[in-house]
Amino acid sequence: MDIFTLIFTDYTLRIVSIGSMLLGIIAGILGSFAVVRKESLLGDAISHAALPGIAVVYLITQTKNTEVLLFGALLSGVLATFLILSIEKYSRIKFDSSLALVLSVFFGAGMVLLTYIQKMPDANQAGLESFIYGQASTLLKRDINLMLIVGGILVFLIVLFWKEFKLISFDSQYAEILGFSSKKITILLSTMIVISIVIGLQSVGVILMSAMLTAPAVAARQWTNKLSKMVVLSGFFGGISGIIGTLISSMVSNLPTGPTIVLTISIIVILSLAFAPNRGLVWKRIKEKESRRNIDKNQLLFNIYELALNHENIYHSHSIDTIKPDTNRDRESTNILIGRLSGLEDDGLIKRDYFDHWHITEDGISYVENNLLKEGY
Amino acid sequence: MNPELEIQMIAVIVAVASSLPGVFLVLRRMAMMTDAITHTILLGIVIAFFITGSLTSPLLVVGAAIMGLLTVFLTEVLNNTNLMSKDSAIGIVFPLLFSIAIILISKYAGSVHLDTDSVLLGQIEFAPFDRIIIGGKDFGPRAIYMMGTILVINLVFVVAFFKELKIVTFDPALAAVLGITPTLIHYMLMGVVSVTAVGAFEAVGSILVIAFMVGPPVTAYLLTDDLKKMIVFSSIIGALNGVIGFNIAMQADVSIAGTMAVVTGITFGLVFIFAPKKGLITTMNRRRVQKKQFAANSLLFHILNHEREDDVDYHNSISNIEVNLNWHKGYLDKIIDSLMDNKQIIIENNIIYLTDEGREYSIKSYEDIVGSLKGAYLS
Repeated sequence: MDIFTLIFTDYTLRIVSIGSMLLGIIAGILGSFAVVRKESLLGDAISHAALPGIAVVYLITQTKNTEVLLFGALLSGVLATFLILSIEKYSRIKFDSSLALVLSVFFGAGMVLLTYIQKMPDANQAGLESFIYGQASTLLKRDINLMLIVGGILVFLIVLFWKEFKLISFDSQYAEILGFSSKKITILLSTMIVISIVIGLQSVGVILMSAMLTAPAVAARQWTNKLSKMVVLSGFFGGISGIIGTLISSMVSNLPTGPTIVLTISIIVILSLAFAPNRGLVWKRIKEKESRRNIDKNQLLFNIYELALNHENIYHSHSIDTIKPDTNRDRESTNILIGRLSGLEDDGLIKRDYFDHWHITEDGISYVENNLLKEGY
Repeated sequence: MNPELEIQMIAVIVAVASSLPGVFLVLRRMAMMTDAITHTILLGIVIAFFITGSLTSPLLVVGAAIMGLLTVFLTEVLNNTNLMSKDSAIGIVFPLLFSIAIILISKYAGSVHLDTDSVLLGQIEFAPFDRIIIGGKDFGPRAIYMMGTILVINLVFVVAFFKELKIVTFDPALAAVLGITPTLIHYMLMGVVSVTAVGAFEAVGSILVIAFMVGPPVTAYLLTDDLKKMIVFSSIIGALNGVIGFNIAMQADVSIAGTMAVVTGITFGLVFIFAPKKGLITTMNRRRVQKKQFAANSLLFHILNHEREDDVDYHNSISNIEVNLNWHKGYLDKIIDSLMDNKQIIIENNIIYLTDEGREYSIKSYEDIVGSLKGAYLS
């Protein structure tokens, strides 16, 4: 069946793709801050650390209500973040070791609790593990509503505290000098990042959630230097890969949704790394070539200018051999040289006379004096 | 041998084998690489499984080890583009490779026993059932031989390249000058990490591999400054975590691997708080003493600066000092008390005077500070 008719007719698919899209948008937006603050892997740690919280809340309440379970995940995520940052602050242990330690210990605790729950009489823990791998197909309409509400609040908070978040993301010391309580703002931002991870657990799972936090932001970073544009673009990339991933996985049999979404966003990252203007690798290569050519061209024009200064008539013309007296010049490089000179002539900076001699023009002089001399020639 | 003893033996071997490369990972700030590698080796295993069609082939280990190195390589390629930070590079590479593995498994290996659960969570409980039996004779669990071999490899690696590892870890520039290629040592270390992760994941699951590789070394890191001692300590701590974790898990009837990870966390927590030199209590105490010392010195300098002035009874009065230094009354009183106990100041009519002893001390410490400042500016 045509995929587009399927979206409008198939209820589950519609719910799942909207859910994945919302999740991608939220993770993309909050992930921008995590990536800028060089805390990309915090997402990985927190998503693992959420497991014991889910289990504990289930033990206490005996409910499998998503909101309630995710609240448990939020609590243990925040606790893990606090521990990670405290270990780093109060000992000589570095951030990465602290992350890895807290991640594995919390996940271990989660496993202990899950096995404990499994052995309880009449306990039905099926569904709790889906948080480890994620099961997008279990998304319900109410989960979508939850995402909408939580996402709305998060976006609202970002707009409200935009200046503060921006400051602490780039220069928390400066923020403190300006009188912002950078500690409180950092706690708020970290909590918001934890929330964005937690609501994604159900659909893509613990392991792949870290990709949703990092990848859209890294892709978006390549297209812009402005944080505001990066946040919007990152949300867009996250959302679009959520939808595309869901649709592809629904068209091919036995293709799990979470990993397909990650594959989609990874492709967007690779394309961005290659082709983004200014920063992209392909673009950089082209730029490099162009600037090398420009340097040669400028150098050539400058030579002509200097030669002209030696004469009373500033428009005195010179032969190629005088302009670039390179003794072992072969035919090919002569042609390149003539090509460059013609280029300069096209720009109106120099002029050729009947004897194939070249002299500088008025425009050329003003170009040299206004641009090249200032650049330090 | 009974199964319980066998499981504990496996745990001890895994713990020691993981600690050896783990120490260097922690010191080289690459702890999160273990997280990445333990996940991506799944792809190596899957690909090797498709090639050989067997889950017990030694090629699986080779495939996994290659994938581990590939993860390191890809991370570095991304990092070297200077378009993202190292942690972002890790955060992109490993979920991608892991996703490909999951997709391959669910698409093509649906009917085969290769469940992701046992990879991540580990089934050390079942390790004693997978035995090596040759000619009807029982040689014990396969995991013991597998991990034993890896332990020997790691031991040989660390002993043989101890000097190189040490120099590359602490002074990469010196290493380059001495002709040791940091890159080569780096990739050898990551190779060892990958092989260990592959061997261990089957027994204890990939998350516990991280706990074993990072937990004991960071715990030992808080106990000693000596590299050799750190390796020995972390091996012992890892082994203890394994044994204690197993026994608690048996009592409570819960996940063995999970309990071992939790015990690793508890051991770390205890050392983190109570370690003699680098523990939280010692650190907090030291910071408090330093803060008090600094405050006492500030007060002494203030009195010293003003004692020759005409309006000394104004400047050095307790009420004015309180305003000038902007301290709480209680805090000021505490500092004054301790200075009086040291007989460095006396108080008459609410005005603070230096004793001869106090003056001598103040001048000396003032000159020490100024002298060191001058030294800093001159150098």
